[in-house]
Amino acid sequence: MTSPLDSTVLFQIGPIQISQAIVTTWAIIGILVVGAFLLTRRLDLRPTQRQAALELLVTTLDTQITETTGAAPAPYRGFIGTLFLFILVANWSSLLPGIDPPTAMLETDAALAVLVFLSVIWFAILAGGVGGWLKSFATPNPVMIPLNILQSLTRVFSMFVRLFGNVMSGAFVIGIVASLAGLLVPIPLMALDLLTGLVQAYIFAVLAMVFITSALEQGTPNPANTDLTPKKKDT
Amino acid sequence: MEYIAITSIFCATFAVAFGAIGPAIAEGRAVAAAMEAIARQPDAANSISRTLFVGLAMIETTAIYCLVIALLLIFANPFLV
Repeated sequence: MTSPLDSTVLFQIGPIQISQAIVTTWAIIGILVVGAFLLTRRLDLRPTQRQAALELLVTTLDTQITETTGAAPAPYRGFIGTLFLFILVANWSSLLPGIDPPTAMLETDAALAVLVFLSVIWFAILAGGVGGWLKSFATPNPVMIPLNILQSLTRVFSMFVRLFGNVMSGAFVIGIVASLAGLLVPIPLMALDLLTGLVQAYIFAVLAMVFITSALEQGTPNPANTDLTPKKKDT
Repeated sequence: MEYIAITSIFCATFAVAFGAIGPAIAEGRAVAAAMEAIARQPDAANSISRTLFVGLAMIETTAIYCLVIALLLIFANPFLV
């Protein structure tokens, strides 16, 4: 049985080993970029069916961002939306036969978590300057400085281990059941995996959003809640 | 050599078994509390369930740490090689 912590190397470019997860990641990036380009090529004031579906997606994202954090969604829409869509497609790529989801590998999740870590710093500096970002470590009082620094590292680590553990264990269990039982038996588990993948992508995006705005509100006196909850969902 | 392998397998099993107890109880309590809150205030179901999901993810992390430790013991044990 192959270890879930190892990655299979496909080929080598110079000194860099290209693993299977990286090739899958490239394919997902390509699909997302080309799809986004093709779908938004001809936008109109009177939306077609395709544009209405896209607008529904973007509005849902905006509503989620606003309701989670109370901030205006515009500066975060790109990053959080891309994060959510990429993780969702990566998690669900395990449905295609022969493809391991790249999020079931340590390095992909680590890269995503590092992105979140950097974006927290980036948005905090954008909002309050370097001084504001540094001062945010001293809230509520300077005694908390080492704890705050430790927290900013451990929460990124826990994000990455959470995504890895969930996706990897789903793929691993399917592999074990398929090797024990047979062809059609793992299908209910794969359906469960779909749900887990969606929930994990959602949680990753929401947590990234929460971390970003928590650093923001400590740094600036006025959080940017200009259009708070533009529309309410009736459910 | 064999003792290390045996101990690693036992410890991996115990890590997952006992590490799952705490998060299971905690998640049960969290879901029960959220159910009660939704029953009392159905209007707030959206925000309650969103907070619930994030909280569940946080609780679940401890169980996943145990899983990762178990995997390390079995697949990447530095004392076994």
